[in-house]
Amino acid sequence: MSLKKYQDLALGGNIERGGTAVDFKTGDWRSLKPVYKPENCIHCLFCWAYCPDSAVHVADGKMAGFDLDHCKGCGICAHECPGKKGAKAIVMEPEVK
Amino acid sequence: MATLKELAARGDKFTGGHRACAGCGATIAARQALLAAGKHKVVAGCATGCLEVVSTIFPYTAWNVPFIHSAFENAAATVSGVEAAYQSLKRQGRITENIKFIAFGGDGGTYDIGIQSLSGAMERGHDMLYICYNNQAYMNTGIQRSSATPRGCNTTTSPAGRKIPGKAQFRKDLTEIMAAHNIPYVAQCVIGNWSDFTRKVEKALDKGGAAFINILQPCRLGWGYKPELTAELGRLAVETCFWPLYEVEDGVYKLNATPKDKKPITDWLFQQERFRHLKQPANGAIVDEIQREVDQRWERLVRKCDG
Repeated sequence: MSLKKYQDLALGGNIERGGTAVDFKTGDWRSLKPVYKPENCIHCLFCWAYCPDSAVHVADGKMAGFDLDHCKGCGICAHECPGKKGAKAIVMEPEVK
Repeated sequence: MATLKELAARGDKFTGGHRACAGCGATIAARQALLAAGKHKVVAGCATGCLEVVSTIFPYTAWNVPFIHSAFENAAATVSGVEAAYQSLKRQGRITENIKFIAFGGDGGTYDIGIQSLSGAMERGHDMLYICYNNQAYMNTGIQRSSATPRGCNTTTSPAGRKIPGKAQFRKDLTEIMAAHNIPYVAQCVIGNWSDFTRKVEKALDKGGAAFINILQPCRLGWGYKPELTAELGRLAVETCFWPLYEVEDGVYKLNATPKDKKPITDWLFQQERFRHLKQPANGAIVDEIQREVDQRWERLVRKCDG
């Protein structure tokens, strides 16, 4: 990512809108990645509630996959996942095998 | 109380892309608090600390609400000033909408450095909620002990070694200090119980007036555990009665969770690197002391809640 030059910044260095951190990708920090197994998902949304990086997508009240541009691979989602009949809907796998 | 589906429909006001450690609890607290506050218009403020540093690295901000930060010791003073200005503008008819105010501070910025400004803001009765994300040390500057750090804890300024076995003193009970301000709402929460926390944030805002929430926030780096355990360690602190969930509403104490089987404090301590030295037989007396203190504080609280 290239840094902005001073001419590109707002006057006074102001940040002119909120939530701009989404433009900064933290996905490359990850060594483990979450893998979603929809067949075991009960859509409890615990993964979404406990994600520190807002990296779980929810659409129409249902779990809808991961935002891997921001997921840091902490694994809280997989740990909190109750799954179905003991089988987790999220498992952590190494980024590089 | 809003369900997770309802909270999800409100949309995130604290975004990803901030630079907190993987598995950070402070950002979970900020996210859940803003989701719970989502039905209101909100202005947030933050004391200097982990949450402020990771979420506002120039030229980015993770806050999708109006946000203000000025210094370490005055999050409560700053946000109470913003609230006072809002009240004035409202009286003059220059603002018509209803706005809620939330200040965040770590335990360093709340228990130690910011306690006088917090006490003042609460005593003046500003219509604001102060949330202390309490990770029990100065994590942002390299894990120095604070007055929220528990007895026996290894930090860089209370290093466990041959001379001392970690911090010598027990932690201060800030929730009780805030309850003694006789403000409308005081509560204790934990990362790992989203429904309890979001319910209390909603309640505090709906109630109006000065409110304080102290949320225990496991810190992956400072506590030393695998990042996926952040929520789990929070719940374990409740199950061992180290960190009871309770609220004080207009002076009336209410316990929100009573563990079925109270677990020994070692179940919580020994999952954390910061207490690793307490496993040595020579430090057994300290573990006993910690257990006794947990029991005493728990019994005292139960008596208060029983009325």
